[in-house]
Amino acid sequence: MKIHKYDTVIVGAGGAGMRAAIEATKRSRTAVLTKLYPTRSHTGAAQGGMAAALANVEEDNWEWHTFDTVKGGDYLVDQDAAEILAKEAIDAVLDLEKMGLPFNRTPAGQIDQRRFGGHSRNHGEAPVRRSCYAADRTGHMILQTLYQNCVKEGVEFFNEFYVLDQLITEVDGVKKSAGVVAYELATGEIHIFQAKAVIYASGGCGKFFRVTSNAHTLTGDGQAAVYRRGLPLEDMEFFQFHPTGIWRMGILLTEGARGEGGILRNKDGERFMEKYAPVMKDLASRDVVSRSIYTEIREGRGCGPEGDHVYLDLTHLPPEQLDAKLPDITEFARTYLGIEPYTDPIPIQPTAHYAMGGIPTNVEGEVLADNTTVVPGLYAAGEVACVSVHGANRLGTNSLLDINVFGRRAGIAAAEYSAKNDYVDLPENPEALVVEQVERLRNSTGTERVAQIRRELQETMDANVMVFRTEQTIKTAVEKIGELRARYKNVAIQDKGKRFNTDLLEAIELGNLLDLAEVMAVSALARKESRGGHYREDYPNRDDVNFMRHTMAYREVGDDGTETVRLDYKPVVQTRYQPMERKY
Amino acid sequence: MATPVLDKVEAESAASPYITVTFRVRRFNPEVSAEATWEDFQLEIDPKERVLDGLHKIKWELDGTLTFRRSCAHGICGSDAMRINGRNRLACKTLIKDINPEKPITIEPIKGLTVLKDLVVDMEPFFQAYRDVMPFLVTTGNEPTRERLQSPEDRERFDDTTKCILCAACTSSCPVFWNDGQYFGPAAIVNAHRFIFDSRDEAGEQRLEILNDKDGVWRCRTTFNCTDACPRGIEVTKAIQEVKRALITRRF
Repeated sequence: MKIHKYDTVIVGAGGAGMRAAIEATKRSRTAVLTKLYPTRSHTGAAQGGMAAALANVEEDNWEWHTFDTVKGGDYLVDQDAAEILAKEAIDAVLDLEKMGLPFNRTPAGQIDQRRFGGHSRNHGEAPVRRSCYAADRTGHMILQTLYQNCVKEGVEFFNEFYVLDQLITEVDGVKKSAGVVAYELATGEIHIFQAKAVIYASGGCGKFFRVTSNAHTLTGDGQAAVYRRGLPLEDMEFFQFHPTGIWRMGILLTEGARGEGGILRNKDGERFMEKYAPVMKDLASRDVVSRSIYTEIREGRGCGPEGDHVYLDLTHLPPEQLDAKLPDITEFARTYLGIEPYTDPIPIQPTAHYAMGGIPTNVEGEVLADNTTVVPGLYAAGEVACVSVHGANRLGTNSLLDINVFGRRAGIAAAEYSAKNDYVDLPENPEALVVEQVERLRNSTGTERVAQIRRELQETMDANVMVFRTEQTIKTAVEKIGELRARYKNVAIQDKGKRFNTDLLEAIELGNLLDLAEVMAVSALARKESRGGHYREDYPNRDDVNFMRHTMAYREVGDDGTETVRLDYKPVVQTRYQPMERKY
Repeated sequence: MATPVLDKVEAESAASPYITVTFRVRRFNPEVSAEATWEDFQLEIDPKERVLDGLHKIKWELDGTLTFRRSCAHGICGSDAMRINGRNRLACKTLIKDINPEKPITIEPIKGLTVLKDLVVDMEPFFQAYRDVMPFLVTTGNEPTRERLQSPEDRERFDDTTKCILCAACTSSCPVFWNDGQYFGPAAIVNAHRFIFDSRDEAGEQRLEILNDKDGVWRCRTTFNCTDACPRGIEVTKAIQEVKRALITRRF
């Protein structure tokens, strides 16, 4: 076991982690621990753009952007945070441009902007061009640009280091972050990183669904690490299903395709979104579009022999426009479906895409231990966190924005904290939990297989807690997850070695997914209303009287060792917008 | 517009899609043996699935010790470059039906980098070469309040090389790199190109000097392996030629 000491440790090297690292490295001795090489992070898969009211191509302002974000999130958004997001968006985009990001340009040489779902002029009048983009690889360009600037700033990376545990020490009755425990993939060695400040920026947890746009590696490691240490997770029932995933595979086809003029059609060729969202049509918010697609499918208007998908139609757009603006997604259609998007519509279905919920933080990125108390020295930003700027449903292009605005904020806040504070003592045997976990898996003689349990978990999540939910389906999921958690205790791996043991890591990741799936289902069961991405057929209306509040889920361990999820609630921060009925 | 109708993709999927294929995988684990060996796995698989799906099937159902890197599974993250039937490709972007599944499909680690276990190689020398070409925008003077202006034509000038995902398929397909790991390799040159031809950048001369080194662009023998290997369709060899030309003319 090795012990390292850094002022600031960042967990994860996607957009939020590297944006934080650029700030933290300038201000403190910083290490970035990442389970992948930095440029492998899933920020790179984001396509459509990053919202900011630059007003480069038409009138726009950050107040309209704030309103759209709040409305898009079905009024579960903390409005103070949304205001910061929209206001700082402009500098966030300009900062990236100055760092070198090759945005598409207007004829005048400014950053070009295009339409995106839910973004509107003057509080819902009509779609507005707010998304700053680089073809359909904006996320790739952000990830590359941030990595390039990390190279420039000399950021210190520990690649293929998996953080498996959060260390917390109680000082004078206050729980403080003491550091993290990491597992080095190449050697199997366990490392303690003692740090004054820790920032989680480890991304989402979409891999508990089967049809998902998420990478294999998005297994909620950061959320699980803090949750197991008694810290809450906020609004985990809110998961976004992106309307246009490639049929059966879930690979993302950007909303920018509809921003460029693409149209969703059912088996009769009907532009069905006109029925559900007369103003914004195909560019309504993602939750609305995904539900509309499944409504079409359920009512027998889906395409294909099984009627289980609809079409994304780009055939009326000029090939030159597709080549210039949507080169990657048209290539995905060719590569994975053998379809030529110039002439044929693309079969799509909603795909599990983004966790609105996560580790609760305030607007400085400080992690909360309950509704109000901050954990000194602990920060989170990006998809792993819940500020909450996305509320019940995130708008497209607001996640690339979130990672830049709140990644930067967390990086600065953490480094300033480490400049003013000393190390907290490590707890006794800091490595104990991780050693126990790793050894148990390595030595297990159980009969259960990781892939089998993961498959069953994904199937139950897809069937029971996806776009449409009821008490019955969620209870089925809760029960199944309970069974799988019990079986997981009996899981065994085949690779017993130390070197690059990805068999072991997949087992650990599955444990994280099971914990988070349970939190999600239990949170969803208790929310007896429909709001944003959480749609209950048995409670189809939003209920602001009882449920305009954030869910806070805590892990409770009984005297007999049984684990349960305890739910509490946190008020929503409202500033200038009163909840209204949401229409597009 | 074309009216959506039942099309051929769906008609095909109605029939039983599975075929039997052999994956012949290069195995190496120094914890077990100092020798690398070939191992065959028989799979029942839909030929429209990816080679990566086949590797996962092996790992999840047959042999959990099989080790490879992967993440996004759709050709964006650059984790799973490997040598498939003798050619560098991304396992997640290669469909089984496209690589003659009648015969055994050979899968090896990419060449020229030290193999650590099975299909996992040491990527450090590759990333070091990348870092050595100053892969970041360099500007002088005061920053403008708003964005730097750049015409669509100037932006287009380096569009191709912004697509690089640092998967190393090009560099590890280069015979010069196989023989001499000191050579910067195509990927590093591509990323230098991305900045040399960016109208906003002011360090083109410095980057050119770095690449004028004995291990720089002049080692390129224009074999086009890199262009063939690039899963992003970047014209790698052309980018290298443009850098060579810029070195001679000092115009870029």
